Amino acid sequence: MKRAHNDRAGLVGVSRPAPVLQVWQALNIAHDEVMARDESVFILGEDVGLYGGSYRVTQGLFAKYGEWRVRDTPISENSFTGLGVGAALVGGRPIVEIMTINFALLALDAIINMAAKLRYMSGGQFKVPLVVRSPGGVARQLAAQHSQRLEHTLMNVPGLRIVAPATPQDAYWQLKQAVACDDPVIVLEHELLYFTEGPFDPGADPPPMHAAAVRRRGRDISLIAWHRMVDVCLEAARELEADGIDAEVVDLRSLRPIDLPLLLESVSRTHRALVVEEDCRFAGAGAEIAATLNEAGFFELEAPVQRVAGRDVPTPYNARLEAASIPDAAAVVRAVRGLLGPREK
Amino acid sequence: MQRQLAHQIWYDMVLARLFEQAAAEQYAQGRIAGFLHLYPGEEAVAVGTLRAADTGDYVVSTYREHVHALVWGITPEAVMAELFGKATGCSGGYGGSMHLFDAGRRFLGGYAIVGETFPVAIGVGYWLRLTGAPDAVLCYFGDGAANQGTFHESLNMAALWKLPVLFVCENNHYQIGTEIHRHTAVPEIHRHGTAYGIPGRRVDGMDVVAVYEATRMALEHVRAGNGPYLLECETYRYRGHSMADPGAYRSALEVAELRARDPIDGFRERVLHEGWLEQAELEQAEREARAAVEAAVAFAEESLEPTNLEQDVYVQPLDLYDGTKA
Ligand SMILES: Cc1ncc(C[n+]2csc(CCOP(=O)(O)OP(=O)(O)O)c2C)c(N)n1
Ligand SMILES: [Mg+2]
Repeated sequence: MKRAHNDRAGLVGVSRPAPVLQVWQALNIAHDEVMARDESVFILGEDVGLYGGSYRVTQGLFAKYGEWRVRDTPISENSFTGLGVGAALVGGRPIVEIMTINFALLALDAIINMAAKLRYMSGGQFKVPLVVRSPGGVARQLAAQHSQRLEHTLMNVPGLRIVAPATPQDAYWQLKQAVACDDPVIVLEHELLYFTEGPFDPGADPPPMHAAAVRRRGRDISLIAWHRMVDVCLEAARELEADGIDAEVVDLRSLRPIDLPLLLESVSRTHRALVVEEDCRFAGAGAEIAATLNEAGFFELEAPVQRVAGRDVPTPYNARLEAASIPDAAAVVRAVRGLLGPREK
Repeated sequence: MQRQLAHQIWYDMVLARLFEQAAAEQYAQGRIAGFLHLYPGEEAVAVGTLRAADTGDYVVSTYREHVHALVWGITPEAVMAELFGKATGCSGGYGGSMHLFDAGRRFLGGYAIVGETFPVAIGVGYWLRLTGAPDAVLCYFGDGAANQGTFHESLNMAALWKLPVLFVCENNHYQIGTEIHRHTAVPEIHRHGTAYGIPGRRVDGMDVVAVYEATRMALEHVRAGNGPYLLECETYRYRGHSMADPGAYRSALEVAELRARDPIDGFRERVLHEGWLEQAELEQAEREARAAVEAAVAFAEESLEPTNLEQDVYVQPLDLYDGTKA
């Protein structure tokens, strides 16, 4: 199963155990591989070329593949995303990088009105193999206009697929799967995860693009999260151990579709679930996940699925207030205790 | 002008007018629903531009695109059946009047959000440049669409990367009920290209020969690798913006004045004057067009409706919980 990967000098060594990489590096390798293999793949976005990408994801690719395949664009989100749609209709496999998800609000016409609908509206004549990648989430004091999460907006759109990798391995796998997919795929990345590390084995077999993953097995409750909140849940699970509570942590990895079979299997063992999301609570992605589990998993549940979510405010600049606006491990621990009730030790 | 081309153009123009009249009748009878935007008065624009294009070129049009589809070779049957929402329509009954598609003929829609044709067209143009293909893209838009952000964004990128796109403005002087001097500071739309170094010109969009010749020149420019061109065709629509529009914002006199410059009447006179075709040939073509439209309506009526609600949302179907299975 393991192959030597010394052909990408500098990033991936050949020594065992499996190397450790950062998320941005895994994405960089994935881009390089898909571009080398398939000439119809091209990248476009602001500063993806000469500059190398705001989070270094496309570093080195401009020099290797040239300006027509790694295209620096003007600040015209709706039109360069729509450019990707047009090219995808006629044979291209564009990867559009939108500098941050906040700017994707200016490209929603291209994403929602065009990419998601053209196949259906044309009676199935076209496929739209477009990938839109974009970082989002609360980072470090970027204030309200640079800290948003748009999962909920995009999850409600038939025609889209949405993945949300949290680890280098998933970022590598899911970017490659997104490019191979004939439907439009939104790859949501998290700004605070680019420079986090994780084990990386490019030779390992990937799970399906939409599969969730159990990050920690547990008996008492399923904590369901994605992106940075997976780590928050793992931290909470460690704290809960002291209370004798054994929490399971599920990394959703995909938000449209969600891996309902895995979630149901998890709650069939734990009988309780808590969805933990960074985004605002009201009408958020967590509402959909909780509602679906409550409906489909009703007979397995000992209590209604609950949510821990961000507060319903624009993200403040002040560091303390910013931290208070999104869930932390303590909030998850409190919610779990509330859900499980007093426990005899 | 060659006889054959003159004959083709005459047939296209007459077919266009008759098809739209039939669509209006079928709408009145309740067989066509939704938004229906008709083209009478503007025929010379679609016919003149598309007859000057090559079959390998791509066409990206708006919601007012029945005639573009017809001229580009989609059959009247397939267009009418689409308006009827039938499975035999050129979009399988899933698109309707505003979303006509034909992948095989490189007819890429059919966009109902004003300003969407620009990014799609530059995307195709980008792909053509990337792959070194010789073809061009014809991108249609109304005078109202020139104030959409995508117009300026896309013109900039098209010029920056010298994309082979011919932007064709169908300037019918109205954005629904708002006349051009009330919606655009510089109403000479072709001049808007100058900010991006894109050459352009205005042509009489009621004169199909002028439109045809201007398009030939413009496409030569585009195909020679010079980048985009902006052709503004001044035209007029006789009917309301859509079937829902009674047209109270303009005077009957204004409409009558423009009708006096009807593109079909004008072309008939020209054809006979130049001796390109005989009166009998014109009449024969008109009979053929009428028969084609009648056949299209009959075909649309007889056709079956699509039945599969969920097909083709995705290439690989996606399994979402629908509240019934668990
Ligand atoms: C983004 C957007 N805004 C508004 C509308 C509603 N609308 C449909 S057509 C139209 C007028 C467009 O005028 P123009 O571009 O001149 O084209 P015409 O209909 O005259 O051919 C408007 C406002 C729309 N479809 N899309
Ligand atoms: Mg108009």
